[in-house]
Amino acid sequence: MQELLQQKPEIAAIFADLHPPFQAQAAVIEADRCLNCFDAPCTGACPTHIDVPRFIKKIASGNLHGAALGILDANILGASCARACPVEVLCEGACVMHGLNQQPIEIGRLQRFAMDDFHAQGGRLPRKSYENRPEKIACIGAGPASLAAAAELKQRGFQVTIFDKHPLPGGLNTYGIAEYKLPLLDSLREIELIKELGVDFRFGVEIGTKTSLAKLEAEFDIIFIGVGLGAMHKLAVTGDQQPRVTEALQLIEDYKTGKTTHIEGKVVVVGAGNTAIDAANAAKRLGAKEVSILYRRTRKHISAFDFEYRQALQEGIRFLWLTQLMAIRASSEGITSVECARMEIGSGGLLRPIEDSTFHLECSMVVSAIGQSPMLELLAQCRDVQLQQGRVVVDRATGQTTNPKYFAGGDCVNGGREVVDAVADGKRAGAAIARLLEVAYV
Amino acid sequence: MSNYIVKPDLAVTFAGIKSPNPFWLASAPPTNTGEQIMRAFDAGWGGAVWKTMGAQVTNTSSRYSSINWNGQRMMGFSNIELISDRPLDINLRELAEVKKRYPKQALIASLMVESTREAWHTVVQQAEDAGADGLELNFGCPHGMSERGMGSAVGQVPEYTEMITAWVKEKATTPVIVKLTPNISDIRVIAQAAKRGGADALAAINTINSITGIDLDTFIPQPNVDGRSTHGGYSGPAVKPIALNMVQQVMSDPESMLPISGIGGVATWKDAAEYILLGSGTVQVCTAVMHYGYRIVEDMIDGLQNWMCEKGFQSIEDFRGLSLPKVTEWKDLNLNYKVVAHIDEAKCIGCGLCYTACWDGAHQCIHVDRVSGPIDGPVELHLKPSEIEAASRNTITVTPIPKLDAASVTTPSYATPLARIPRVDETECVGCNLCSLVCPVDDCITMVEVKTHLPSETWEERTAECLTGKSC
Repeated sequence: MQELLQQKPEIAAIFADLHPPFQAQAAVIEADRCLNCFDAPCTGACPTHIDVPRFIKKIASGNLHGAALGILDANILGASCARACPVEVLCEGACVMHGLNQQPIEIGRLQRFAMDDFHAQGGRLPRKSYENRPEKIACIGAGPASLAAAAELKQRGFQVTIFDKHPLPGGLNTYGIAEYKLPLLDSLREIELIKELGVDFRFGVEIGTKTSLAKLEAEFDIIFIGVGLGAMHKLAVTGDQQPRVTEALQLIEDYKTGKTTHIEGKVVVVGAGNTAIDAANAAKRLGAKEVSILYRRTRKHISAFDFEYRQALQEGIRFLWLTQLMAIRASSEGITSVECARMEIGSGGLLRPIEDSTFHLECSMVVSAIGQSPMLELLAQCRDVQLQQGRVVVDRATGQTTNPKYFAGGDCVNGGREVVDAVADGKRAGAAIARLLEVAYV
Repeated sequence: MSNYIVKPDLAVTFAGIKSPNPFWLASAPPTNTGEQIMRAFDAGWGGAVWKTMGAQVTNTSSRYSSINWNGQRMMGFSNIELISDRPLDINLRELAEVKKRYPKQALIASLMVESTREAWHTVVQQAEDAGADGLELNFGCPHGMSERGMGSAVGQVPEYTEMITAWVKEKATTPVIVKLTPNISDIRVIAQAAKRGGADALAAINTINSITGIDLDTFIPQPNVDGRSTHGGYSGPAVKPIALNMVQQVMSDPESMLPISGIGGVATWKDAAEYILLGSGTVQVCTAVMHYGYRIVEDMIDGLQNWMCEKGFQSIEDFRGLSLPKVTEWKDLNLNYKVVAHIDEAKCIGCGLCYTACWDGAHQCIHVDRVSGPIDGPVELHLKPSEIEAASRNTITVTPIPKLDAASVTTPSYATPLARIPRVDETECVGCNLCSLVCPVDDCITMVEVKTHLPSETWEERTAECLTGKSC
């Protein structure tokens, strides 16, 4: 942790906050704008159902501590969600101010304001029960889903252990979110509070290899699967074994942890999802002369949010639509170019290359961002846990899998959504596990 | 807009005092010195009431405090300042100078001295010798001076008010205006006393006794004077409704009715128009000037003239007092008049404030049931607010991801979903106005008259019928 702190200034300078924090007076003015809707649409749009008007009116009244606790009550990762959430399609997208042709209330920034204050004041997470219960729950993966489930259970007095193969907790929250949205240290600061609750963290432990699931099952009453998704899909073209072919998530992790501080030359990113854009923006900010995104289809087919696309344009990212990567060309010095073909969308939406449309794009680095595969190997070891298209099948309201001792949530269940979705899954599962164990106990 | 090219004349003659417009500065810090008043006249003010002259005082440091509301500063303002702390002779010398340089503007001397005939005769003589166009008797100062038997100590006792007004009238050759304190149960009693004493005009209201707030760290009320505080005089936008009522009361009572200068929260031409519609001949302004400076009079003049053009009024007298007949006692209101709330679905943004207000603050007749089907009738048949919220909290919501939800992710539309547009149960609606008041959208909730086909009937008429043996 300490060496990360020291590496930070350099990265921090390049990745300054995209949405800077509110000054105190501005926060109150913004909070006063909130209409305090009944059954507020923003709350409904939030996967964790944070009572938005309630915390905003607490900011307006000067009750910042109450505001933060209200947020945390619904969403234990309220601080990182305030910064990482795509609020444009969630709370702020649902704000009734749109109907008045006014800017929506800046809910994300207000939430950050309350949470920043909470951390600055040394706030601690509340317990929901004084009881200490004997039941033990194991959470596999230390990402948002497991953290939410663990906090929910620990707050009620259960014994919770989180296992993760990484040296740091947080999963993609720590390793995978663009630094200008959520700095790595802010993610860790938030998780520190969950540690303080008494949740036991075991790092560097890869479940399913040395530590078997059978062993876990013997030791724990309930197992929560919060493993997220696995490796990114391979580009599967000639030259994809070149050392300067990297995965988008790896690129992001490397600069966030200080391993990469500079990128030279021209960069090609393949794919146009949110991760592709995060990686492209990062490459540009880290010094790449030119960053191009190749996408097989058109602007209207991309899976990135519209605001992410617009951000990329602002950062100077070039988009090559209807362009398919065919091969990566290299010399003894490394990658020299990529070979691409122009595509056309035929009848029925069928995509096909245009004949003789091959062209070369000079570059020295290629980043793949065409999605992650499920952790099939590990999930297969979870006894009687049913999968469907690589996703764990659960009861949505409880997160319970087809094996009643196993619960699951987050990307391994929903196929890869947002932090807030994982938190919501984990929270529901945590509450359901508690109910299950409490009933069994009585 | 009418076709006037020349804007209407705002000149008024108030109890014989001529003024180019009805906008006067009240006796207060903005009229502390001749230099200030001359700048104010240059800015366009029609008159000024000099900060009260009389027995010399020492003021405290600090003196003011205020109430901010929803991001707006100084919705209410309070002061513990006393009358002028400058020597009387200097004030009078400056007054003479101002009058000489600005002969057309109304220059009123506000006076307050100890309660003896001689003291009042002397100060009246001095003020008139200096050239004051009129005298305003400060019987309203709510702090400091009242402890010395002046200000509101006079204005709260009808006998004193009448006596001192009479003393002043024995001597005065210019019109005498008595400024009334609102810190009394019925302002008409004092107004009547002033009239009996011979007052030519009234000014209302002075500031209202107040404590604006307390510092929650030190527990010291505001304003802090070395660890302690005292009640102050409240003014600003917050007090306008109170002042308008008092002006109406005085102007509707033949025993107290006199030319009146309206004071209390006047900040715009609209405020001024309201005071004039309730009979005021001039208005006096202080807090708004302390907030924004003399320059605000430009829009007060311009806005009032434009409104008058629009309404076809050519002078202040054309509309002065027009609203007085429209204020009656409650017992004279028609009990058979009925309005109900109407929500314009096209304008509704779905905030639900009308629903909450109606359930918690009114009569439980707005419902969110357009989708689940209307159920009119008693409140027990409807979902309660907490049930609706609990259902929402139990829904599973996910972030819409284009890749995963291709079918359901569409371009966002900000049209309010029908399920969020409340519905008024008109059979239950009592027409209280609350929903239309809390609605943040202009003209979304309107109160629509429903014909009852019953003849107008007041409470007085109804109870009179009872007394005469008819059914009621």
